[in-house]
Amino acid sequence: MIETQTAPIKTSTGRVLRPEEMVLNMGPQHPSTHGVLRLELVVDGEIVVDVIPHIGYLHRCFEKHAEHMTNYQQVIPYCDRMDYLASMNMDWAYALAVEKLLGLQVPDRVEYIRVIMAELQRIASHLIALGTYGLDVGAFTPFLFCFRDREGILDLFENTCGARLLYNYIWVGGLSHDLPSGFIDKARAFCRYFRPNIKELNDLLTYNEIFIKRTANVGVLPAEAAIAYGCSGPMLRGSGVDWDLRRDDPYSIYKKFQWQPQIGRGEMGTTGDCWDRYMVRVREMEQSLDIIEQALGGIPPGDVQSAVPRRIRPNAGDVYVRSESPRGEIGFYVISDGSATPYRVKARSPAFVNLSVCPEICKGYMIADVVAIVGSIDIVLGEVDR
Amino acid sequence: MTPQEISDKLKAKFGDDILEVKIEGVIQPFVKISPGRIGDAAVFLRDDPDLQFDYLMCLSGVDYTKGILGVVYHIFSMPKRHTVILKAEVPADKPEIPSVTFVWPSANWHEREAYDLIGIVFKDHPDLRRILLPDDYPGHPLRKDFKVPEFYQGMKVPYD
Repeated sequence: MIETQTAPIKTSTGRVLRPEEMVLNMGPQHPSTHGVLRLELVVDGEIVVDVIPHIGYLHRCFEKHAEHMTNYQQVIPYCDRMDYLASMNMDWAYALAVEKLLGLQVPDRVEYIRVIMAELQRIASHLIALGTYGLDVGAFTPFLFCFRDREGILDLFENTCGARLLYNYIWVGGLSHDLPSGFIDKARAFCRYFRPNIKELNDLLTYNEIFIKRTANVGVLPAEAAIAYGCSGPMLRGSGVDWDLRRDDPYSIYKKFQWQPQIGRGEMGTTGDCWDRYMVRVREMEQSLDIIEQALGGIPPGDVQSAVPRRIRPNAGDVYVRSESPRGEIGFYVISDGSATPYRVKARSPAFVNLSVCPEICKGYMIADVVAIVGSIDIVLGEVDR
Repeated sequence: MTPQEISDKLKAKFGDDILEVKIEGVIQPFVKISPGRIGDAAVFLRDDPDLQFDYLMCLSGVDYTKGILGVVYHIFSMPKRHTVILKAEVPADKPEIPSVTFVWPSANWHEREAYDLIGIVFKDHPDLRRILLPDDYPGHPLRKDFKVPEFYQGMKVPYD
């Protein structure tokens, strides 16, 4: 006689499965998880009862590496590799933290160039988020359109610092290179070229009937839950919370520009659903274009490397500085013990925190909706796992 | 509210459990609190109508060496727009501190990360498992006295 199983089946959190439930592994090698994310789904038929995310497949010990560099500047290439779709914003966030620790004021020209680069990077990052999101829910063509437009931004970056993805461009106290000649005209031309393409994307994907059916009223995240779970960026604004660090905790020179943070309004369904989060990103691209165009007109002359310190030895102390990356609040907690290497660097990565709300908003939806929800969080596993 | 008013309020409520208040001479003011009261302090900070700290920005584990580990809480209030930084220190041989996940759910993964990398045990945490490293990883790599093991699962670790 075959022995029947008697021990209860448990999930990795220790939850005992009921007879009608089963565990389904999604990932780590799954095209819709945007990297190596493993979701342990507890399903009852087609309905998701619980989601247990497993991360760490891409853990590269960023914080341990940072403690073992020979100086503060050497950490920046590692920041690049954290969020490889928004390297400029990551470099900038780390540079801001160390500059605050040093009490360093960077020249105006550097600030302008940093803003332009960060906003171009935001558009590039959002383009990937939107394009791959279309791919997740079954629309292939917008993906190609988005990558075509992103190419223009990468060309600008390549022109400036030689790299297309990992720039090491924003240094503590300055930049690695000045703008190349003709950059301002090229960037203006890109803005002129790109603005109509947002409408094209809207016609093709945003207001597509099937796309709305897949995303509206799915994965609803109420505003209170978004705040309690520490969500930030488009995730928080999609839930209708009017909060943007560039305006509300202003750093650099963002106060000088006219623009408006975009929030989800529940146009297609409930406020805080996947469509809202998607739409916030679309509208943010327009706002970023506005900022870039204003900043391009105001770049003062000057030197971009005069303030870069040769040796960085901040006084003992600690500082937490946050800024707005395309995914939300990127914060660096840096402790200095007075030596040439950081004593401790902790990165508060936005996607890591945003992903932790995933179990809450996936419950009760279909398995196919999990794909739509995870896509709308816009995770980059390099930054989740660090 | 200013950091001074916030720390006064905390001092009035928790008295001697507030070990240190530093406002002058540091870049960002902080309040050091005895680790046992951190759960009560979290509830107070969130629920007091003048404070309303509803957004935990960051929770970091730190190894201060000399047998002391620390947890640093960066907390922000969305309605009031003010910040407080709480620090708590625990001995490395018994690194236990109450969890604040029941106050701010965002602390869940941060605490798991601090447990994973530094080895701080958060009492009453709903799901204290390793998060970034494999479940069978030996030790806590962000401790300053951590030595990279020569072999992990039969594989040689350092490569030159």
